[in-house]
Amino acid sequence: MSGPVIFNTLQFDQPWTLENYLKVGGYQALRKILAEKTPPEAIIAEVKTSALRGRGGAGFPTGLKWSFMPRNYQGDKYIVCNTDEGEPGTCKDWYILRFNPHALIEGMAIAAYTMSVKTGYNYVHGEIFEAYERMEAACEEARAAGYLGKGILGSDFEFDLHNHLGYGAYVCGEETALLESIEGKKGQPRFKPPFPASFGLYGKPTTINNTETFASIPYIIRESGQKFLELGKPNSGGTKLFSVSGHVNNPGNFELPMGTPFAKLLELAGGVRHGHKLKAVIPGGSSMPVLPGEIMMETDMDYDSIQKAGSYLGSGAVIVMDDTVCMVKALERLSYFYFEESCGQCTPCREGTGWLYRIVHRIEQGEGRPEDLDLLLSLCDNIAGRTICALGDAAAWPVQGMLKHYRHEFEYHIEHKRCLV
Amino acid sequence: MLSEQVQAKIEHELKKYPADQKQSAVMAALRFVQDEKGWISSDDMADVAIYLGMPKMAVYEVATFYHMYKLQPMGQHTLTVCTNLSCQLMGSNETLDYIKSKLGIGLNEVTADGKFGLREAECMGACIDAPLMTVNNRRLCARLTPEKIDRILTKLSAGGELASGEENVR
Amino acid sequence: MINIEIDGRKVEVENGLTVMDAAHHVGLHIPHFCYHKKLSIAASCRMCLVQVEKAPKPLPACATPVVEGMRIHTNSDYAVTAQKSVMEFLLINHPLDCPICDQGGECELQDVAMGYGGMTSRFNEAKHVVAGKPMGALISAEEMSRCIHCTRCVRFGQEIAGVMEIGMAFRGEHSAIMTFVQNTVDSELSGNMIDLCPVGALTSKPFRYKARSWELSRRRSVSPHDGLCSNLAIHTKADRVVRVLPLENEAINECWISDRDRFSYEGLNAADRLTRPMLKQGGEWVEVEWQTALEYVANALRQVKTSAGAEQIGALATGGSTLEEQYLLQKLLRGLGSDNVDFRLRQSDFSADGKQAGAPWLGMAVADLDRADRFLVVGSFLRKDHPLLAARVRQAVKKGAQFNLLHAAADDLLLKVANRAIVAPSEFGNMLAQVLAALTESKQAALSDDVKAVVARATLEGIGNDARAIAASLAGGERVAVLLGNFAQQHPQAAQLQRLAQEVAALTGAKFGFLGEAANSVGAYLANAVPGANGLNAAAMLAQPRKAYILLNVEAELDCANPQQALAALGAADLVVALSSYKHGATEYADVLLPITPFTETSGTYVNTEGRAQSFKGAVKPLGESRPAWKVLRVLGNLLEQEGFGYENSESVRDEVLAGDLAERLNNRLSGLTVSAAATSAGLQRVADVPIYSTDSIVRRANSLQKTHDAATPMVSLNGAELAKLGLKSGDAVTVSQGQGRATLIAQCDDGLPQGVARVAAGHAATAALGAMFGTITVERA
Ligand SMILES: Cc1cc2nc3c(=O)[nH]c(=O)nc-3n(C[C@H](O)[C@H](O)[C@H](O)COP(=O)(O)O)c2cc1C
Ligand code: SF4
Ligand code: FES
Repeated sequence: MSGPVIFNTLQFDQPWTLENYLKVGGYQALRKILAEKTPPEAIIAEVKTSALRGRGGAGFPTGLKWSFMPRNYQGDKYIVCNTDEGEPGTCKDWYILRFNPHALIEGMAIAAYTMSVKTGYNYVHGEIFEAYERMEAACEEARAAGYLGKGILGSDFEFDLHNHLGYGAYVCGEETALLESIEGKKGQPRFKPPFPASFGLYGKPTTINNTETFASIPYIIRESGQKFLELGKPNSGGTKLFSVSGHVNNPGNFELPMGTPFAKLLELAGGVRHGHKLKAVIPGGSSMPVLPGEIMMETDMDYDSIQKAGSYLGSGAVIVMDDTVCMVKALERLSYFYFEESCGQCTPCREGTGWLYRIVHRIEQGEGRPEDLDLLLSLCDNIAGRTICALGDAAAWPVQGMLKHYRHEFEYHIEHKRCLV
Repeated sequence: MLSEQVQAKIEHELKKYPADQKQSAVMAALRFVQDEKGWISSDDMADVAIYLGMPKMAVYEVATFYHMYKLQPMGQHTLTVCTNLSCQLMGSNETLDYIKSKLGIGLNEVTADGKFGLREAECMGACIDAPLMTVNNRRLCARLTPEKIDRILTKLSAGGELASGEENVR
Repeated sequence: MINIEIDGRKVEVENGLTVMDAAHHVGLHIPHFCYHKKLSIAASCRMCLVQVEKAPKPLPACATPVVEGMRIHTNSDYAVTAQKSVMEFLLINHPLDCPICDQGGECELQDVAMGYGGMTSRFNEAKHVVAGKPMGALISAEEMSRCIHCTRCVRFGQEIAGVMEIGMAFRGEHSAIMTFVQNTVDSELSGNMIDLCPVGALTSKPFRYKARSWELSRRRSVSPHDGLCSNLAIHTKADRVVRVLPLENEAINECWISDRDRFSYEGLNAADRLTRPMLKQGGEWVEVEWQTALEYVANALRQVKTSAGAEQIGALATGGSTLEEQYLLQKLLRGLGSDNVDFRLRQSDFSADGKQAGAPWLGMAVADLDRADRFLVVGSFLRKDHPLLAARVRQAVKKGAQFNLLHAAADDLLLKVANRAIVAPSEFGNMLAQVLAALTESKQAALSDDVKAVVARATLEGIGNDARAIAASLAGGERVAVLLGNFAQQHPQAAQLQRLAQEVAALTGAKFGFLGEAANSVGAYLANAVPGANGLNAAAMLAQPRKAYILLNVEAELDCANPQQALAALGAADLVVALSSYKHGATEYADVLLPITPFTETSGTYVNTEGRAQSFKGAVKPLGESRPAWKVLRVLGNLLEQEGFGYENSESVRDEVLAGDLAERLNNRLSGLTVSAAATSAGLQRVADVPIYSTDSIVRRANSLQKTHDAATPMVSLNGAELAKLGLKSGDAVTVSQGQGRATLIAQCDDGLPQGVARVAAGHAATAALGAMFGTITVERA
């Protein structure tokens, strides 16, 4: 499962050490730009060429995002890495911290150089404490070796990186909730505008990227944006980490070129677990609409293809469900998740997620009513697009997706008070 | 009063943030208290508030917002089982039932000897290794099977500790 | 300016406005809950969703900035559909208890639901129930299921009151407004949260179940409790005041009032209200007719005048008495031939009398405080003495103003203090001289002759860091305000401090003023309720006992600088006539009690600290036989056959007092003083605050206020070193003595106090036996 961009140290016994990272060309990109005093615009241009899009879920072009940072701002600016991976199904960034933390450090250092930032934070999901500790150790290692701190590699570039451990709140993956959390507050998303690029961490200009996004940067600078682009597809450059979980024989994280057919990915993951048929796939983390297996088997894994199929690539987390799965039960669990994780500040999300869950729960318990399904869809319309952050949409999409493709299972449940499967 | 060890850890953490942003260390401070005492009392929260120069209510908001904080004693070893979709697909409900029967307690309960407490949690971000749980929020135990659970419980009961990564390799 | 279109109307609005502001500009109302013009934007309730052309989703009007060419529809189907869906969500977990809800009839949720709610509910699940929360004596949070999580209350605490006592704990549907582990809400501005709460979640504890909003009559009035004179809406039912709310006045109280303004009404109908005239006959109090009482008083006064001379008569009034009352009192006295009249009961230095160019006042408009960029406040328990002025200063400090304090206690003012010099009262003059010295050092500015000597001495003795820091801060400002607080005005060297502070103001181009202690601190000067050249001031009248005293609203043991001395003088007098709303301590020392009405039962005028005259009418009828004091004084004038007492109404009294240009009569200039600013005191010095709920006779009787933290029995506070020197520790019972008087109190450590002082509050029964608010005090183990 090695890959060219991010999982490039997995062949070693201890893939996470600086020593091993250096063996695969680690920190060469940083060394190069510091030595050549590469102008920031050139780096941004390179990142734009690569067609790297944010790996956190929304797929925003990274080069463009970096260009939003005010250039001549007097005072502190920050970059922040989002390793709060809590979207059910997603666990790729965990692997980056565990197995190649220096790729992230180098990527962030390059970003910091590009945006004239001296301080960065990496926000780590609470439950992966061991990965947090490894990341802390890697930062120490990098600091000791002169890749972080003052006068990096003998230049006058200064950058330090600190890790901040989350502690059990999915919503902190939303970038402004994450900033609030670093500030020592509840993780409640902020209303935008103002956007983080003008009013971010501690009110200062801030750029936030996903772990995988940053970790892709060293390759782009070392090998060129064009090469990265060519690894994938136009508008979907590079490789992508796919976390395949659920009913497969060999669940795992796979680094594959953008545009790899889903069938290939499923095969790498060992296929659907023995003796069962593929029923459905959530292709991009739990928030994304579910797609029937047949559709997925015809679809490639990149932003545009999945969107055409009726869902989103999201975080690249693939949840595979076989024919034993009751979709009502699956949705009940997901709806509970959004209900449980709503931060509670805005009305449609606070009230709506609980309402959605209660209805799905009732249906699951055999107490559904015929009018419930239309009510669910109407509530989804009333939540999505009317909340402060996208958690409201994230709660609505799974419901909409399930009812689009599996409405009959819900109707069956309401009528017969039990599962179809 | 916060213990000297906790204070030292907070001081270390404070170095990460600008000098006028001490509140940024509140999450870590609460975690240190919890690691030391097993849970966080309101007196502890008040101490953290004073130490970081922030309102007590702001500490309370943080302590009640993030679900990994324990605001009541949850046993010497708190086992937290993920039951979200990927884990559910891989049998986390059965895993949870197995642990319940082994320990003779339900969710959010503590064994009579105070050794184990049981909680349920949302996605832990390690879905490919489902079903899974954490021990004291620090050790991730992956691909749980009854045998693996037995091994872990036996070790912890005997006063052992899990080493980093010990039970999260395949 | 940019051009936008709202609901088809093309308008030009200022850049930087939100859609909500812009809608208000054109007189459109957009439904909202979390939005409040004085609070930060939360954008969380989502009630204000509107349609903006080209936007992919409905946008919250409260948080969306207008941009050139924007076309907004607040009322289109698209917008209304979004608004209705939010309303539906708000109502699903909201209890259906409007009929028993205290907010019924004045509930913002109810109002909006009328327009946007559905007829039937699509919600068939169990409603979420939230437990009630304890919040103290003033705010009831019994029905928190009604909370719609707008967080206005939380933001008010953080942003206006300056303290986060309540917050929203937990998350999602479990989010709950509460205090930290059942703490009470102690902010002196807490009642505003009740007003802000759009639903019946936070309600007024004293008002609960007393009345429905539609049963109430409303009268406008003015608060008598401090120099700000907040505007009030007095709500009455069956001729009783049952509630007091703020009346918005941007120039004075904005849309707030302090808890003192709000809840003091409970004292209006206290059990000891005096409702009939009374005479002491043979040591017994008997109720008499007004005619009898007034004739008795007139005769007795005539008698004292003829037997002992008019100068043996003295009159004392409180600063909370109305302009009309103060004016007629002095007119009566002067008609009798006495110049002994004063309202400055807690003042101890009167050396500015005759040297002051006009009535001492704030020296600026209240609203100017918002714009100041540097403050020097001398001697003030700012937050407790002037709760809303403190809130204004807090806003200015938030915007970047630097706040400097010279005081004898380091109480938390809930605002960022740039520099503070905390010294014993006797050091105040010296500290100001040091600030002047530091200023002249850096500015090379020319000092006035009268302060040169003290400044030279301060330079010689060395300028401390605190003084330097304060001087540097002030020197860096463009709009500087130098203000003297109550404590500075009560200080035994008040005039010297005034002169020095004024000089600081002169050197820094600052505005200089007084934070008026009482509602009519300025008005009383205008009414001439101060002694003339031949008269005795308040302190002198009590130090050199008179044969007869007239007291207007005065509870001598609580309102005077030196209660011990006051009681001695009054006890020894031949005649004490007390005009009072209550049967208080005067039953011990008075001979006649004349029942007069509190401010809610009379018309009158207060001239607030910025010199703004505000008149009001009675909100309810006088209780029992009590009568407005201005009328009582008018009859007395007539009975004494004095000229010019033929007033038809209180307005004619007022117009007589306020004739001419009011502004010209306000002037803080002080000249002709010898400034020495020498430290005088030996031993332990008393530092006395007047606790916020002890300031006047109405609040002292307001039950709910008396249950708050601020009304706790005073303790003796000393700093740790001082406590140790006395062999004491926090919690020890101690005897405090001053002259003949002593009190047994509990000691507590307060390291915010300087060395050499003991803080013992005044204005409270527990300390009423003690002597002067300043001076030497002894503390020893009880
Ligand atoms: C509810 C919610 C949860 C999110 N969780 C994550 C997350 O765990 N990790 C992440 O990188 N982005 C997450 N995002 C997206 C971030 O807000 C943000 O778009 C992203 O970190 C930007 O980085 P990128 O441009 O590199 O993708 C989440 C967004 C929402 C609304
Ligand atoms: S208690 Fe009232 S003011 Fe406070 S959040 Fe709830 S509804 Fe808003
Ligand atoms: S008033 Fe705009 S979101 Fe609440």
